[in-house]
Amino acid sequence: MIPDFKQTVPIDQIGVEERVARFRTRSIKKESKLFALKLALRMVDLTTLEGMDSPGKVRQLCYKALYPHEIDPEIPQVAAICVYPNHVKLAVETLKGSGIHVASVATSFPSGMGRLESRIDEVKYAVEEGADEIDMVISRWAFLKGDYGYVYDEIAAIKEACGPAHLKVILETGELETYDNVRKASDIAMYAGADFIKTSTGKISPAATMPVTLVMLGAIRDYYIKTGNKVGMKPAGGIRDSKTALHYLVMVKETLGADWLDPDLFRFGASSLANDLLMQIIKQKTGHYQSPDYFSIG
Amino acid sequence: MSNRLNVLKTCKLYIGGKFSRSESEHYFPALDKKQKPLANLCRASRKDLRNAVQAARKAQSDWSGRAAYNRGQILYRMAEMMEGRREQFIAELERAAVSRRRAENETDTAIDRLVHYAGWTDKYSALFSSVNPVASPHFNFSIPEPTGIVGIVAPDDYPLIGLISLIAPVIAGGNTCVVISSEKYGSIACTLAEVIHSSDVPGGVVNILTGFRADLIPHLATHMDVNAVLCAADDPEQKKNIQESAHLNVKRVHFYDGTNWMKEESQTPYYIMDVQEVKTTWHPVGI
Repeated sequence: MIPDFKQTVPIDQIGVEERVARFRTRSIKKESKLFALKLALRMVDLTTLEGMDSPGKVRQLCYKALYPHEIDPEIPQVAAICVYPNHVKLAVETLKGSGIHVASVATSFPSGMGRLESRIDEVKYAVEEGADEIDMVISRWAFLKGDYGYVYDEIAAIKEACGPAHLKVILETGELETYDNVRKASDIAMYAGADFIKTSTGKISPAATMPVTLVMLGAIRDYYIKTGNKVGMKPAGGIRDSKTALHYLVMVKETLGADWLDPDLFRFGASSLANDLLMQIIKQKTGHYQSPDYFSIG
Repeated sequence: MSNRLNVLKTCKLYIGGKFSRSESEHYFPALDKKQKPLANLCRASRKDLRNAVQAARKAQSDWSGRAAYNRGQILYRMAEMMEGRREQFIAELERAAVSRRRAENETDTAIDRLVHYAGWTDKYSALFSSVNPVASPHFNFSIPEPTGIVGIVAPDDYPLIGLISLIAPVIAGGNTCVVISSEKYGSIACTLAEVIHSSDVPGGVVNILTGFRADLIPHLATHMDVNAVLCAADDPEQKKNIQESAHLNVKRVHFYDGTNWMKEESQTPYYIMDVQEVKTTWHPVGI
C-alpha cells in the first residue's frame, strides 16, 4: 500500500538535533573500538568521482581496496568501489574474484538533469559493463515543485533498468531544504523500490550530516515496520575521520538495531575515511600514533 | 592593607594557535622560589599531545614554504614582542627561579638570541649547501630542507633561555614544533606562548604543552608523525625511552642536557642543521 506523498510526516528538528548531540558524546574504547573500526572499514565505498579520473586513478583505487595495508593481513577489505560508468569495466576486471562490489553512479550524476530515456540508457550501460550496484540521483527540480509522482516513476523505471543490480537512491539532502522533505524523499525512494537510500552526491555542501542521516534512518525503520523489507542506508560525503564514523555506527545501532550493522545494509561513501580508519586500527593495535606517511594513497 | 584576593592564573596549553584547557581536565600548581603557589598549570594528556602534533603537521607545509626572509621577519617580530614584555619576563623569572641580576641577564640574552636566529633564516642554507664534483655529466648539488615536526623537551635549569634556544633554530629552519615545557617552570612557557601568539607566528608552528614529562615523552617518542626529538631534560630513564622508541620511524634524536644556554657558543647555525635533511639533486647537463 503506497502512502499519499502529499501528506507530510512532520520531523521534530530540535528533537533530531538533540538526539544527534547525544550520539556525539559517546565514546567507544578498546576491543569494542577495534571491532567498530574494522566494521566501518568493511562498510566503506571507496569513491572517486572527478572529471579528471583516469584509468590509472581507478586502478590505484582498486589496489587500495584489495590491499588496504600490506603489513597487517587481518585488516578487512572495503565493501565496494564507486566510479563513473566509463570506468566500471576496468574496475570489474581489476577486482575480479575479490568479492568487492563495483558501484557506478549513473542517471546524469550529479545533477540528474537529463532526459529520462538517456538516464535509463546510462544505467543499462553501467550494468552491462558489470556494475552490481547503481547509485542514481533523483530529480530534485521535480521533487521541490511537488511533482512526487514524477520522482516515484523515475525511480521505479530505473529500478527496472537495473535488473539484478542493487539500486541506491541519492536524495541530495543538501538541496532538499527541510527535514520534512528528507523524510518524504526517503519514503518515495523506498516505496519505489530502492535497495539503499543515500544522502548526497558529495558535490554539494552540506553533504552527509548526522541529523539528516537520523531522519533517513527513522524512515527506514518505519518502512521496515510497515512492510517487513530492510532498506540500506548510505551517508556520503564529508565523513573524514574515524570518530565521526563510529558516531554514525552508534546511531544506526540505536535506531535500527544490530541487523543494520552490516555492509549489506549500511555503507559509508568516502575516500579519505578509509585511510583514517586504517591509521586508527594500527594505532589501536600498536598503541602508537600513526602518520599518513606510512599509508598508501587511497 | 587591601582585602583583595589574588587571582592566580590558570595557564592554558597552546595548541594550533589557540589557548585550550587540557583534555584531561587535570591541573597542577607551579610554585615559586619559596614554594608558594604561583599559577595553575594544565596537565597535558597524550590526547593533547596528539592534537598538538596534528596542528604542527597542518602548519608545516605553509611554514616551510614561506620565504626564508619572511620567517626571519617573524622571528624578529617575536624578539620585538619580548622586548615589550621585558619587565614581565624579568619579574616572573625572579619570582619563579633566579636572582634579579640573572633574570635580567637571561631575558636580554633570550631576546638577542631570537634576533640572532632571525638573521640566520635566509643565510644558513647558503652556508650549508654545496655543489658537488661528480664523475658524470650531472650538475650535482645538496641543500638542507626542514625535517618536519620536531618534539622539544625543555630543560629544567634555564626556564626562558633554554626554551628560546631550542625553539628558535627549529622554526628558523622551517620546521614546526611541539614543546613539552619544564615541569617546574611551565608558567614561563605560558608567557612565552602569549608572546608567540601575538607576533605573526602562524598557529600550529609552535605548540606548547605543560604537564608531566613522564606522561608525554613515551607518546612523543613513539608518534609516527614526529620527525625529530630534541631533549634537554637530563632524566636517564626518559632519555633511554626516547632512544628506544625513536627507531619506529627513524626519528632524529639529539640530547642537549648539560648545555650552558647562557653562553655565546650556545647560539650557532649548527643547531639549525640538527633538524635539517640534506637533499642531493642530480641534474643532467651537457648531454
